[in-house]
Amino acid sequence: MNIVVCIKQVPDSAEVRINPETGTLIRDGVPSIINPYDLHAIEAGLQIKEKLGGKVTVITMGPPQAEQALRDALSMGADEAVLLTDRAFAGADTWATAYTLSRAINKIGADIIICGKQAIDGDTAQVGPELAEFLDIPHVAYVRKIDSITEDSIIVERLMEEGYDIVEASLPVLITVVKELNEPRLPSLRGKMAAKKAEIKRLTAKDIEAEESLIGLKGSPTQVKRIFAPELKKEKKMLEGSPEEQVQKLIEELKGLKCQFL
Amino acid sequence: MRIVVRSEICSGCETCVSSCPYTAIVMKEGKAFITEYCQLCRACLSVCPEGAIIEVMEEGEGVTVAEPSAYRGVWVFAEQRNGKVASVAFELLGAGRRLADTLGVELSAVLFGSSEESARELIKYGADRVYLAQEPLLERFNDEPYARLLAFLINTHKPEIVLAGATPIGRSFFPRVAAILRAGLTADCTAFDIEPGTGNLLQTRPAFGGNIMATIITPNRRPQMATVRPRVMKRLEPDPSRKGDIIYVKPDNLSSRTKVIDTVKEVSELSVNLQEAEVIVSGGRGLGDAKGFKLLEELAALLGGVVGASRAAVDAGWISYSHQIGQTGKTVCPKLYIACGISGAVQHLVGMQSSDIIVAINKNPEAPIFNVANYGIVGDVYEIVPLLIKKIKELKGL
Ligand SMILES: Cc1cc2nc3c(=O)[nH]c(=O)nc-3n(C[C@H](O)[C@H](O)[C@H](O)COP(=O)(O)OP(=O)(O)OC[C@H]3O[C@@H](n4cnc5c(N)ncnc54)[C@H](O)[C@@H]3O)c2cc1C
Ligand SMILES: Cc1cc2nc3c(=O)[nH]c(=O)nc-3n(C[C@H](O)[C@H](O)[C@H](O)COP(=O)(O)OP(=O)(O)OC[C@H]3O[C@@H](n4cnc5c(N)ncnc54)[C@H](O)[C@@H]3O)c2cc1C
Repeated sequence: MNIVVCIKQVPDSAEVRINPETGTLIRDGVPSIINPYDLHAIEAGLQIKEKLGGKVTVITMGPPQAEQALRDALSMGADEAVLLTDRAFAGADTWATAYTLSRAINKIGADIIICGKQAIDGDTAQVGPELAEFLDIPHVAYVRKIDSITEDSIIVERLMEEGYDIVEASLPVLITVVKELNEPRLPSLRGKMAAKKAEIKRLTAKDIEAEESLIGLKGSPTQVKRIFAPELKKEKKMLEGSPEEQVQKLIEELKGLKCQFL
Repeated sequence: MRIVVRSEICSGCETCVSSCPYTAIVMKEGKAFITEYCQLCRACLSVCPEGAIIEVMEEGEGVTVAEPSAYRGVWVFAEQRNGKVASVAFELLGAGRRLADTLGVELSAVLFGSSEESARELIKYGADRVYLAQEPLLERFNDEPYARLLAFLINTHKPEIVLAGATPIGRSFFPRVAAILRAGLTADCTAFDIEPGTGNLLQTRPAFGGNIMATIITPNRRPQMATVRPRVMKRLEPDPSRKGDIIYVKPDNLSSRTKVIDTVKEVSELSVNLQEAEVIVSGGRGLGDAKGFKLLEELAALLGGVVGASRAAVDAGWISYSHQIGQTGKTVCPKLYIACGISGAVQHLVGMQSSDIIVAINKNPEAPIFNVANYGIVGDVYEIVPLLIKKIKELKGL
């Protein structure tokens, strides 16, 4: 079984804020980590390998520094790592990212591809399904449980708004996974040692025979026009006085509104 | 496009370094330098006091294909579950109607695997036209046939804008449609506008876990596709006298490599209530313990509402996750939202700030929740809420 796990290196989003007065970003030393959902994707890949044999390849598209994310994945137990890196990939939106990944995965070959549900920076959850389309294979998004997997098919639970669907798909297939799926393992000491020395395969746009007009900024239909702090509502009324007075004022205000709660 | 630092102007003040969400700016020999981590998000452009950071266009950029003028009309994908149109579809029609009117074009809805009656409902809520496909394979949601058929219809009729709900269904199959069409897709939008002059759709969405907002454009490709966060857009009042056309679509060669074996409902009474409730009384870490929620339940019951919570309260184990409101919980839009002991972190705000009336009770006058509140009370929850309960009871003669 050829298992490919797509991972993205992300900043720790919780720490990025915008100063509402100046409109500038405030960042307190953001570390670059593996996208948290992708840890669950790696874990799922490792478990499938343990069951059916084969190998787990982790792949990322990013700057040369993204190598660290791959080494972290190797230390968890992944067998091989591929770094797609080229200046020409920079500025890719989800369309160009998925296209680029598909070119590389076509080269590597895969029976199952596992992505995280979404990346915590871009937050779009689009790369997985777009990638499946480029590879012309089925996909199941929001997988929270793998009921069974064989060489030819997989049965999973897909999270839906009002519960879940049990979905069967033929292989090759792509799944995107949510955190409920599993508990990612921690790297072992041996894994860490091996990961340090492991060779990481680097591929450029030329290596994957990507069409120049379809990668990076040029290949991206969407553009970020501007970013800003979340807006806050304008009119507010502070109700002053003793607690009794405050509560009385609130009741009066609510009574005065069109919609009757009282 | 690239973002570069004009090193002759850079004063080395390092202001830009911390402005970059991707850690893509480093100092080299006393000057700022933009590394390959740059995602072209433009955050640094405005922070440089010297104006030393600029965008440069590269040759051949911005000239990509698709004569945008060949594309006309606004479409919404109306998702259904068990044949019943999902509420997000009516919200999309509300948003779509406004865009169509601004552009002076028609609004169409696409409905798969449902009835003519449902199609008529979409017309009442603002559609000029409904494309209805009634194949059995489309009754249950399946990514591939949904994506193929929608892409085929878009290719045939060439709308300029296509919207779907940012639901598990929309977020799963819409990207496939975008991939097929080589179209730009913006995720999980919370606001739209039309850019004067270009007619481009300005698509605003939260990113970085809700910490920042981004406006995305798709300048050179059509259609402009977006998924829209549920419960943010306002639906129109239904108008039974509205006229519209239903166009029956007869697809052939639909197939799917995935099969839904079973659909299991798993919503607690409560979470449904939370999204449909007219009144929500929410508690946060400020309650101090689980008992606080008993008090809130009493208040909620008096107002005919239900109880919600911040993540901090859920994480503390005072109340179950199904009550959580915000980025990683539910998005709600009640008529009245009362926040008790909640500070108002952006991740909470994104889940409730479109509520009609927001009341905040917090003992810290500086708490950010007051910035979104219509009425603010600075005080102790355990003093204010019991008084409120008492007064309401008096009022109701209880
Ligand atoms: C503020 C902001 C807003 C943006 N909004 C949009 C938008 O609305 N539409 C759009 O098309 N682009 C958008 N982009 C660009 C988008 O973030 C990038 O294309 C990004 O590389 C991939 O999207 P994502 O982070 O949303 O990933 P997601 O689609 O959320 O990622 C899902 C999974 O795909 C895999 N994956 C994602 N990226 C990679 C990678 N580089 N290498 C390997 N695997 C990967 C991982 O398994 C990941 O868990 C935006 C960028 C910014 C900065
Ligand atoms: C990726 C991500 C996703 C997240 N998703 C969510 C989400 O979905 N929903 C969510 O809510 N949060 C979410 N969070 C967490 C969010 O950032 C905040 O940490 C959380 O909302 C804080 O909850 P709180 O307001 O209850 O607690 P605090 O921030 O601790 O606020 C408690 C407030 O209570 C007040 N207070 C204390 N005692 C009293 C009293 N006796 N009377 C009156 N007031 C009192 C204090 O002044 C304070 O303002 C998310 C965070 C991240 C990073």
